Amino acid sequence: MSAAASWARRATLFIGFVFLYAPIVILAVMSFNASRLVSVWGGFSTKWYAALLENEQLLHSAKISLVAALTSATIATLLGLLAAISLARFGRFRTRMLFFGAVHAPLVLPEVVLGLALLTCFVAFGVGRGFITLVIGHVTLTMCFTTVAILAALRDSDPALEEAAMDLGATPFGAFVRVALPQIAPAIVTAYLLAFTLSLDDLVIASFATGPGATTLPMRIYSQVRLGVSPQINAISTLLLALVAVALGLAALVSSRRARRDGQVMTSLARAPDNAS
Amino acid sequence: MSARRRLSLGERLVIAAPYLWIGAFFLAPMLLIAKISVSQSVLARPPYRPIFEPSDGLAAIWAKAQTFSFDAYRALMSDTLYLESYLSSLTIAAVSTLITLIIAYPFALAMARAPERLRPMLIGLAAAPFWTSFLIRVYAWIALLKDEGLINNALLALGLISAPLQMFATTGAVVIGIVYSYLPFMLLPLYAALERQDPSLREAAADLGASPAHVFLRVTLPLSREGVVAGALLVFIPAVGEFVIPDLLGGSETLMIGRTLWNDFFSNHDWPAASAAAIALVAVLMIPLLLWERARLADEDDAR
Repeated sequence: MSAAASWARRATLFIGFVFLYAPIVILAVMSFNASRLVSVWGGFSTKWYAALLENEQLLHSAKISLVAALTSATIATLLGLLAAISLARFGRFRTRMLFFGAVHAPLVLPEVVLGLALLTCFVAFGVGRGFITLVIGHVTLTMCFTTVAILAALRDSDPALEEAAMDLGATPFGAFVRVALPQIAPAIVTAYLLAFTLSLDDLVIASFATGPGATTLPMRIYSQVRLGVSPQINAISTLLLALVAVALGLAALVSSRRARRDGQVMTSLARAPDNAS
Repeated sequence: MSARRRLSLGERLVIAAPYLWIGAFFLAPMLLIAKISVSQSVLARPPYRPIFEPSDGLAAIWAKAQTFSFDAYRALMSDTLYLESYLSSLTIAAVSTLITLIIAYPFALAMARAPERLRPMLIGLAAAPFWTSFLIRVYAWIALLKDEGLINNALLALGLISAPLQMFATTGAVVIGIVYSYLPFMLLPLYAALERQDPSLREAAADLGASPAHVFLRVTLPLSREGVVAGALLVFIPAVGEFVIPDLLGGSETLMIGRTLWNDFFSNHDWPAASAAAIALVAVLMIPLLLWERARLADEDDAR
């Protein structure tokens, strides 16, 4: 490749990543600003972080969001696994179109519509809104994402392997658990993490589905943000961003280790015929 | 086309839980708002007049069906607020999708042509913001776009402008917010499509005398069509119903259907109108999904 092309490529990448990351970095830097104003640098300070620790409301909401995310991601991953198995392995069964449409609909459905429908339903059946309805809303929202993630892996996995296991005497359940499940395990982990992040981040469904006493962290952030930029919100945002950065860093480390290990397996396999001869 | 089959007992046990869940918490609520959309609006809690009671017989339901009120739908058609919200949502989403594509294409191309060992890191960096909070990323732009925000301050300090530009609380800010928030959704399918391309095709075109621009337009671009379509759908569809971005970055004149629905529901308590608008939106967005699945099934049959 010519030097000019390579230079242009580097410049494009640089500008692209600056666009992606500058707003986030500026937000994080501003969380250490002693001044309350965005435009004035008042010196380095961690006082907004200290203020966070005294903000009982915010801490309570953070706890609710975390528990709701763990619970709803677990349920959504289990339901998504079952739904993906049904769609990938049961062929063209009756009402498949309805099931497929209903499972995928929240992917394209504006969250406002789903939230509105859920709230209406809770009100119509006299269900008191709170933590339970929040989890119900988040499972309904995230289940389509877990289904899609697991379904893609199941479609890539080879059904012939399962058939071979069954020919060798495994039950359909046994064949699935012993053969297919290990193949789709990474997709299940991805699905869980996806559901967890989506739940932790969701504002719209939570605003419709939850009730007093179960206000989530995004709802608190949102009501603060509507009043204007606040250094405390910058601080909590920075903490959340740091959490994601650490998690992603660990994931990258694990996957690069695994890739290296798999690479070694591949090279040793490639060498195996030489050793045999 | 093979006949639709019945599920075995074991299969039914597998499908039961997800089916019941979406039945109870997705299909039933959607049917309920479909019902409310044909109810009459009343000032009460819940703010609509019930149409069916579970105790009603079939005859009673039929009798009541004749009292369906399509007022909400008629209002939807005549209410300029809703029509304008729909049109403006579609326009804002389309413009944002186009800008996202224009920004993402060279970016994805640069990643796909980067040295192979760097690519996993680059794609990881491009995808990482997807895992961070959407709300926080939108919030980050407020500090940049405000009248006394960083962009205005920088431009003032450089002497490029003499008075702050009004960027915050405008439709332009909403477009920026959408482009920024959904950029990873466009980048990933584009990168996937571009990275797959065989470089020898480009070399062949160049050997045959095509200029670099010609190679791009006749080889690279057509071969990446699938990625462009996928990326555009992934940006356009959620952008149409977006609520957070127009609410935080938009001005009062920025109409988007998600925000109009939210306001009708929470502030005006007009549940029938909001329900009718929601149902209309679902109908529009569901059609492409079902067509896509039909086409995919037909492809599978062809492959067999």
